[in-house]
Amino acid sequence: MTSEPYLLLSAILFAIGVIGFMLRRNAIILFMSVELMLNATNLAFVTFSRQHGNLDGQVASFFVMVVAAAEVVVGLAIIVSIYRARRSASVDDANLLKF
Amino acid sequence: MITAPTIEWLLLSPLLVLLGGAALGVLVEALVPRASRYLAQVFLASLSIIAALALTITNWVSAEPTIAAMGSIALDRPAYLFWTLLLLFGLGSLALFAERSLGNGQSAFASSAATVPGSPLEREADRLHREHTEIFPLLLFSLFGMLMFAAANDLLTLFVALEVFSLPLYLLCGMARRRRLLSQEAALKYFLLGALSSGFLLYGIAMLYGYSGGFHLHEIADAITAGTGSNSLLLAGIVLVGVGVLFKLGAVPFHSWTPDVYTGAPTPVTAFMAVATKTAAVAALLRVFFVALGGARWDWQPMFAVVAVATMLVGSVIGLVQSDIKRLLAYSSIAHAGFLLVGVVGVVAAGEGVALSSVSSIGFYLLAYGLATLGAFAIVTMVRRSGGEANNISSWRGLGRTNPLAAGLMTLFLLSFAGIPLTGGFVGKLVVFASAWDGGYGWLVLVAVVFSLVAAFFYLKIVVAMWFSEPVEGETAEVGTPSAWTWGVLVVATLGTIILGLVPGGVLDLAGTAGQFIR
Repeated sequence: MTSEPYLLLSAILFAIGVIGFMLRRNAIILFMSVELMLNATNLAFVTFSRQHGNLDGQVASFFVMVVAAAEVVVGLAIIVSIYRARRSASVDDANLLKF
Repeated sequence: MITAPTIEWLLLSPLLVLLGGAALGVLVEALVPRASRYLAQVFLASLSIIAALALTITNWVSAEPTIAAMGSIALDRPAYLFWTLLLLFGLGSLALFAERSLGNGQSAFASSAATVPGSPLEREADRLHREHTEIFPLLLFSLFGMLMFAAANDLLTLFVALEVFSLPLYLLCGMARRRRLLSQEAALKYFLLGALSSGFLLYGIAMLYGYSGGFHLHEIADAITAGTGSNSLLLAGIVLVGVGVLFKLGAVPFHSWTPDVYTGAPTPVTAFMAVATKTAAVAALLRVFFVALGGARWDWQPMFAVVAVATMLVGSVIGLVQSDIKRLLAYSSIAHAGFLLVGVVGVVAAGEGVALSSVSSIGFYLLAYGLATLGAFAIVTMVRRSGGEANNISSWRGLGRTNPLAAGLMTLFLLSFAGIPLTGGFVGKLVVFASAWDGGYGWLVLVAVVFSLVAAFFYLKIVVAMWFSEPVEGETAEVGTPSAWTWGVLVVATLGTIILGLVPGGVLDLAGTAGQFIR
């Protein structure tokens, strides 16, 4: 089994996540892009785990899932509280703090 | 048959005490009546931090350096040094968190963070004198994560610790009592950019795992020595892990969150981020890059040298034109991140015929910088106008006439930031630059000296405003009367800054014993 296609897919997913983060304006979508990056990493972990023949990478991907879930809780709390105050989840509207 | 893992309970007790204190704090929220929660939480939090500090110092004195918890936590002398610093800074931040006298019996945190700013619900919560005592368990959780981050000996622990200390900080940033929209915006920016940077860190960890087949720092170091893995994976891993940690440190080009978040967050939280986050980030940066990636140092030293120059440039030049004191201190902290990176680039190990290794000199620098920063932010919380903090520098004009004590202490801290002799900041800069010089980065030291002169200029701008300017009519700030909490921070910060400047020998010797990471 060759692992290159999986790593390539992981890199593509990661890049889509980064580009999505840079280009989109809605905080929720930015957040989804970050989740895509984390899942791309999971794919890389599992691929490398298979390649090296140990289970460390698979264990790591479980840790990543748990951490991502915890991050969702905190992140959505912040986004919802901002949405309730401003009636908008666009990061362009959150512009009170600047130089 | 699977053998049970061995856990060094006594050695890990500082971590466990903090985590236990934080978990108990959550229970206190649920079980203790509202009226007595503040006292219970402050008592529990300060007790946990002091107990953790005592246990850390006991272990530092008595225990041999070892790798604990199945290889995931390294308990060596640098770890104990950074833990002691973190716990001291945590205690100072706790004192600023607990301050209520300045706001007429109300803390700097929102009465109810879930309410919409300006809504009837918020006014109702204000009227009932509600307050969030959850800030204390959140502080403990964050401090626990920082301790783990500073001692993480495998990359997975590093990532989990990063999230454990970041998530409570995101929340704390959004909980200011005044100017809540700014505060929420700061929390959003910090959260989104923090999540992005931890994504980068994690992908870097995956690359290093792919390179070496293991998460432990020594496995990566062995793989680099053997040189059998793919170099592109190694380089990608170095860069991406560097991005993740440099973001937390607030180094250019990953600094853009720092001014906004430092300005918007409640001032005690800003103080905590400026001292403790920075300490934890530098500790982890040193450990990962010295222990795991030390064999590839020729690849990352130039990268860090460039980042250090850019960081000092942006911090000290853009700091010159700031008009908000918290924003100015944020740029100051960026400049200091640059000075710290100068020390990291040197990579001087202990016992190579040099006085202090990179790790020891950076530990000393962090102590001097942290004390001055805590003191400066304590003064920022005290200088007030019409009920809130007066953060505009124009309000600080003439402060030396109306309140010489506050202005005098602020001057001392600013002089320490600037690295004027007879303050702790001077000795800190001296030892850090000396270790970079010993590491063969003389040109970087020269650049750093130039930028510390530029940075000194903007500190002196505030000093001049306080002592030699006429107060602006209608914008003059008053100095509130704080409780013993803030006074305690100020006294310790003042004495520490002066003692580190006049007789640094004892602390330098102590830091000198913590020069070498365990592998």
